[in-house]
Amino acid sequence: MSKRELLLGAEVIAQAAIDEGLSGVYAYPGTPSTEITEYIQQSEEARSGIIRAAWSVNEKTAYESALGMSYAGKRSMVCMKHVGLNVAADAFMNSAITGIKGGMVVVVADDPSMHSSQNEQDTRYYSRFAQLPLLEPSNQQEAYDCVRYAFPFSEKMGLPVMLRITTRLSHSRSTIIRRKPGLPNPLLPDNDRSKWILLPANARRQYQHLLDLQPALTEASEKSPYNKVQEGEGELGIIAFGLAYNYVMEVITRFKLQLPVLKLSHYPLPEQMVRTFTSQYKRILVAEEGYPIYEELFKGFFGNSIFSGRLDGTLPRTGELTPDALIKALHPSAAQAGPPVPSLVAARPPELCQGCGHRDLYDALNEAMDAYTSRHVFADIGCYTLGALPPYNAINTCVDMGASVTMAKGAADAGLQPAVAVIGDSTFTHSGMTGLLDAVNDQSAVTIIISDNFTTAMTGGQDSGATGRIAAICAGLGVEHHHIRTLVPLRKNHDTNVTVLKEELEYKGVSVIIACRECVQTARRKKQQSL
Amino acid sequence: MTTNIILAGVGGQGILTIAAIIDQAAMRQGLYIKQAEVHGMSQRGGAVQSHLRISDKEIFSDLISLGSADIIISLEPMEALRYLPWLAPTGIVITATKPFINIPDYPETEFLLQSIQSTAPTCHFIDADQIAREAGSPKSENVVMTGAASRYINISNEQLRESISRLFEQKGETITAINLKAFELGNNAITNYKN
Ligand SMILES: Cc1ncc(C[n+]2csc(CCOP(=O)(O)OP(=O)(O)O)c2C)c(N)n1
Ligand code: SF4
Repeated sequence: MSKRELLLGAEVIAQAAIDEGLSGVYAYPGTPSTEITEYIQQSEEARSGIIRAAWSVNEKTAYESALGMSYAGKRSMVCMKHVGLNVAADAFMNSAITGIKGGMVVVVADDPSMHSSQNEQDTRYYSRFAQLPLLEPSNQQEAYDCVRYAFPFSEKMGLPVMLRITTRLSHSRSTIIRRKPGLPNPLLPDNDRSKWILLPANARRQYQHLLDLQPALTEASEKSPYNKVQEGEGELGIIAFGLAYNYVMEVITRFKLQLPVLKLSHYPLPEQMVRTFTSQYKRILVAEEGYPIYEELFKGFFGNSIFSGRLDGTLPRTGELTPDALIKALHPSAAQAGPPVPSLVAARPPELCQGCGHRDLYDALNEAMDAYTSRHVFADIGCYTLGALPPYNAINTCVDMGASVTMAKGAADAGLQPAVAVIGDSTFTHSGMTGLLDAVNDQSAVTIIISDNFTTAMTGGQDSGATGRIAAICAGLGVEHHHIRTLVPLRKNHDTNVTVLKEELEYKGVSVIIACRECVQTARRKKQQSL
Repeated sequence: MTTNIILAGVGGQGILTIAAIIDQAAMRQGLYIKQAEVHGMSQRGGAVQSHLRISDKEIFSDLISLGSADIIISLEPMEALRYLPWLAPTGIVITATKPFINIPDYPETEFLLQSIQSTAPTCHFIDADQIAREAGSPKSENVVMTGAASRYINISNEQLRESISRLFEQKGETITAINLKAFELGNNAITNYKN
């Protein structure tokens, strides 16, 4: 018997890609997708140069690089969190039109319940939007199998194949059995220019080609090993998508119910399978880990009432599913929670580490801002977003990566003064640089504070895109030299830092203040590694 | 048989090491495992938990359902209480007694312990900090708690010790020895505290 290995869901995906002859992984970190790329980076294959695995600057650059590797004939994978696909959406939508050469797998990790995210958007919408096939494994072993299946399937169809996972699968460990590894593809670039040059005439033909492929994609779903019917009795049938299948099966096995289940993990939906299953039952519970996309579709505009799920309250409208949600839906008499949480238990939100440079920056910024009655600080995404919480209460916004710079610019254009942005170094190179160029071109009166801790700390300390080159980038974008100020956010520099901030807040043009101090967690890890 | 364990603590306290020790031992015993952990945002000094499920049959859900945790192992008394709704009617709470205070409104430890005692059918209070120091390093607190919990988990102590040896191997012999001692002392502690 093959050996069982204990891995995180994210690691399983990485291992499967390595085993399937991967030549390159491209990614920008983002919970819960980060560990996929990290695992590949640690692998023998990456360290010996067989697989290329360094971080990209953002999801769009990652996506296009993966597409380029596929163009050259090799197998590539691109990984991101759900909102990362918004950033890569232009490349993504158009790659459905060009198609691919070497197998290309697009892994997107959704975060229902928003454990570490700004929203809980469902990537399955994107697969419908682009009309690309999507696999949604229900457990770790299936994740392994799906990735191995996805690469040759991608080559067979000539399309990128999506793999959608969620936090729960990505961050849960289980044992899996691996299969014999395959070999990487040779370098064999695609010479079909009419496919890759999306001038209107080509694009129209390619789009028609994508539409013509749809029946074959549906056919593949009908025959897929990941879609299956499990027989049962009674008037109620369950359609369980992806991870929801686990919770359904948990309840069925635990309470020995005989419910029929249609498990779906391979999209586009196998129409025939769904029709046949649905026609046998009076009522259908639709269990989806994410938005009620298919429930809504099944119900239709006029609301066919045989379908229940998240829309009619049988399952919760938002958040990730739980075994409890399915017990309530399928076997309510058994729902029984333990003792309630006593009222003396206080909330314990996350906080900035002790000794973190962001703390000293916010102390200085808060003091500098005391001079103004109008206090608006546009912040961004990273550890420094925790400046939103007491004792700092230092920021007013956090929307999407890079938005601090451009929202400050827009507000400054409207007349708001001072207009301050706080952004991390990695977020700045991800999406802040272009906004800064806008501000420079428009001579907007903004104060952009880049809190540079030399790392991408929020997601666990990955390399940051331009460590040591932030000031040069700002100068290159056209920020005046004497308005690029550098400071070290330490308690002992507090007064000097407040003075620098005050000076630049008063300047009516673009100024950049770079607060440089290494993240204490990264510094600690480096020290441990060098021991 | 399935054993459902909730590991609780504060980001950085090391609950994932406890999980790794148990996971690897369970795997060597040929058992099925599912272990859901928390990564990302909440790791920064916030409340963290891990659902750990071990069984001789296939496990479906990565999450433990309400009212069905056999054991709650907590590295800190207030965190033990946070997961009471998951505790089974016959469930056991094993908690370290030293509070981790990083919030302004942290309750009196005494009230927390009273609250655990009055709600959990069986509970064990372990002075894991003191025991870890005895073992040689306050950092081994999580391994002390693993030792304490080990008698309620259907996995041989030998396998658990094997996990500890393997996990700490890279850190050298001294650290491995400290952690093995922490495991033993934790294991003994529960006899003394049995109520
Ligand atoms: C489009 C998108 N990609 C990725 C993320 C995940 N993410 C949030 S913050 C962050 C990194 C922040 O790094 P940095 O700006 O350097 O700040 P730090 O955490 O180091 O303080 C990442 C990768 C996201 N929220 N959105
Ligand atoms: S991980 Fe680094 S950047 Fe984040 S809070 Fe801790 S010290 Fe600050």
